[in-house]
Amino acid sequence: MDFTTQLLIAAISAGTPLLLATLGGILTERAGIIQLGAEGLMLMGAVTTCIVYIRSGNLLLALLSAVAITALLGVVHSFLCVTLRANQTMSGLAMTLFGSGLSAYIGKPISGIPLPGTSPKLDLGVVKQVPVIGEIVGRLDVLTWFSLLLVLVLHLLIHHTSWGLHLRAVGDNPATADVMGIRVQLIRYSYVTAGAALIGLAGADMVLAYAPTWNEGLTAGRGWIAVGLVIFARWNPLRALFCAYFFGALDSIGFRIQLLGSAVPPYFLKMIPYVVTILVLMYLGYRNRNKPSGTPESLGTPYIREQRF
Amino acid sequence: MKKRGQAAVTFSLITMFLLAVILSGCGTNNTASNTNAAATEAPAASTAPADSGAAATEPTAEKPTVAFVYIGPPGDGGYTYQHDQGRLYMEKELGIKADFVENVPESADAERIITELAQNHDIVFTTSFGYMDFTLNVAGKFPNVKFLHASGYKTAENMGTYFGKNYQASYLSGIAAGKMTKKNHLGYVGAFPISEVIYNLNAFTLGAQSVNPDIKVDVVWTNTWYDPATERQAAISLLDKGADVLLAYQDSPATLQAAAERGAFAGGNDSDMGKYAPDNYLTNPVWNWGPYYVKAVQSVMDGTWKSERYSGDMADGMVELAPFGNKVPEDVKQLVEDAKTRIISGELEVFTGPISDNKGKVVVQEGQKLTLEEVLAMNWLVQGVEGSIPQ
Repeated sequence: MDFTTQLLIAAISAGTPLLLATLGGILTERAGIIQLGAEGLMLMGAVTTCIVYIRSGNLLLALLSAVAITALLGVVHSFLCVTLRANQTMSGLAMTLFGSGLSAYIGKPISGIPLPGTSPKLDLGVVKQVPVIGEIVGRLDVLTWFSLLLVLVLHLLIHHTSWGLHLRAVGDNPATADVMGIRVQLIRYSYVTAGAALIGLAGADMVLAYAPTWNEGLTAGRGWIAVGLVIFARWNPLRALFCAYFFGALDSIGFRIQLLGSAVPPYFLKMIPYVVTILVLMYLGYRNRNKPSGTPESLGTPYIREQRF
Repeated sequence: MKKRGQAAVTFSLITMFLLAVILSGCGTNNTASNTNAAATEAPAASTAPADSGAAATEPTAEKPTVAFVYIGPPGDGGYTYQHDQGRLYMEKELGIKADFVENVPESADAERIITELAQNHDIVFTTSFGYMDFTLNVAGKFPNVKFLHASGYKTAENMGTYFGKNYQASYLSGIAAGKMTKKNHLGYVGAFPISEVIYNLNAFTLGAQSVNPDIKVDVVWTNTWYDPATERQAAISLLDKGADVLLAYQDSPATLQAAAERGAFAGGNDSDMGKYAPDNYLTNPVWNWGPYYVKAVQSVMDGTWKSERYSGDMADGMVELAPFGNKVPEDVKQLVEDAKTRIISGELEVFTGPISDNKGKVVVQEGQKLTLEEVLAMNWLVQGVEGSIPQ
């Protein structure tokens, strides 16, 4: 396998948890609610997966529990932000602190115990024979396939269905949506909950396909990267796919450059993801300077029926 | 209506924050109550800091109070886990209940926590290199408290340092790796390009070359002690380049797990990581701190404690080699055991000349042996290591 193929495989494997979390963030924020709790939700998803998988040995049950627990946290986030109209930044940060602390606490007994298995890979038979593509798809596991499918489904949902129209209306102008008979609160609750569940699934993916043991603080800031990627991808699932894989590649390119025997110090290589982020942001900012940013118009503003602004 | 809503919001946010703080406290700090107590006593103690350590100055029947500062969680399955095992061993042997604070960053926070612990403990063990200067500062303020710092080089009247020649075990791991590789290509995941990692990498390479002169070792630096996802990426990039046996000087088993997925052999560091992938496990250096902790605390109790730079090795048992993985054949085990016997007897010394660095210069002359000081200051890579030390 050549350098590029290997890098691509590494990018997809490192990018999948980022992709799932970014998609979760996009769903949440499209409904007009800021999601800063990704780090905590990912940790909760990861720890729940580990606990249930180790105790029961059932992968599906573990995934369902991770989704259920993080969905529950999503309900808490929506209750705070939608019903109580709390400050969404604060609620998100609280979610991160809460998730980091709680996951460390309930994860103590299973910390360091290896999982009984990893995310299964699909056997694709003939496709594996195809050069390059075969080598790449042969390495993909079920969750990666699911995330790819999800990109397509969410893209169609958001941009080509009436549900998506409702979602965007709620995120852009909830008052108008309300007048049109769309149930704003219900939609916000549903998408915030679904988004949180996806972020939880991202945490599950980290332990299943990446580092198959629970350890405190396992995500090491990847939740925050996902928060950034939501903006980077301009709230668009297709762009999220490229952004997530791009960051996945940056995650591993530093080591590969070290191994090429270059004289560039690893400290500098470690800066690459951040330097590239700044450069790309500058370029995109310049290229899109006359276009709308894609931010849902009422992101961060709680909706109160009949309140004047 | 609006006002009531806001009150409810404020209330629920405050509740959530409190919960978060309490829970994260529980999660990361088992002695939360203890440090809190120390914090509330702080004003009283700072007026008369000498009081707290008074018990340690003369031998009494009373048992000293002992505290440990950890860099990671005891469940990391590596470095901190071994220190915690040492603490438990010491507690059992001496009947002392020690306190510990985990996840202490190597920053100003460390100095604050060491200060708090010094106020109501007689002996404080700070178990990571980065605590060195903070420990030294606090030691200056609490002359009656004994401080023991792992892996550093600075000492004071009441501050000693301890570490072990773990490169002896790295050499033995190298012998096993050199025998197991089919491609004569090993990989090493190094945390930081500091001498501690460098002399272990060099010893590993020399061990492998002692049984297989054609071997080459690729090295990558991760710049982190503990980040499973990053360590995994590093391991995979080594495997992609063709290495078929890896050793990771890191605190998590991520390298071993990545190697297992590709059917390669690997080892970790600090503790026995065999359980993570028994069929792909090689072996690796292991710390055994317990006996030293017992000895150090006992000497304080006896009043015979002196500040020193203690260096353990395979002979006194501070450094050990983990049990081999399932697939390591008998003849390889035998070879390693023989070398181990010769290391323990002192017949075999790892850094014995001639040794060249990887730029071809002879660094250790024929017949010359490096002193411990020279080993601890090592800043060059032996011939056969592909990679460089970033300047």
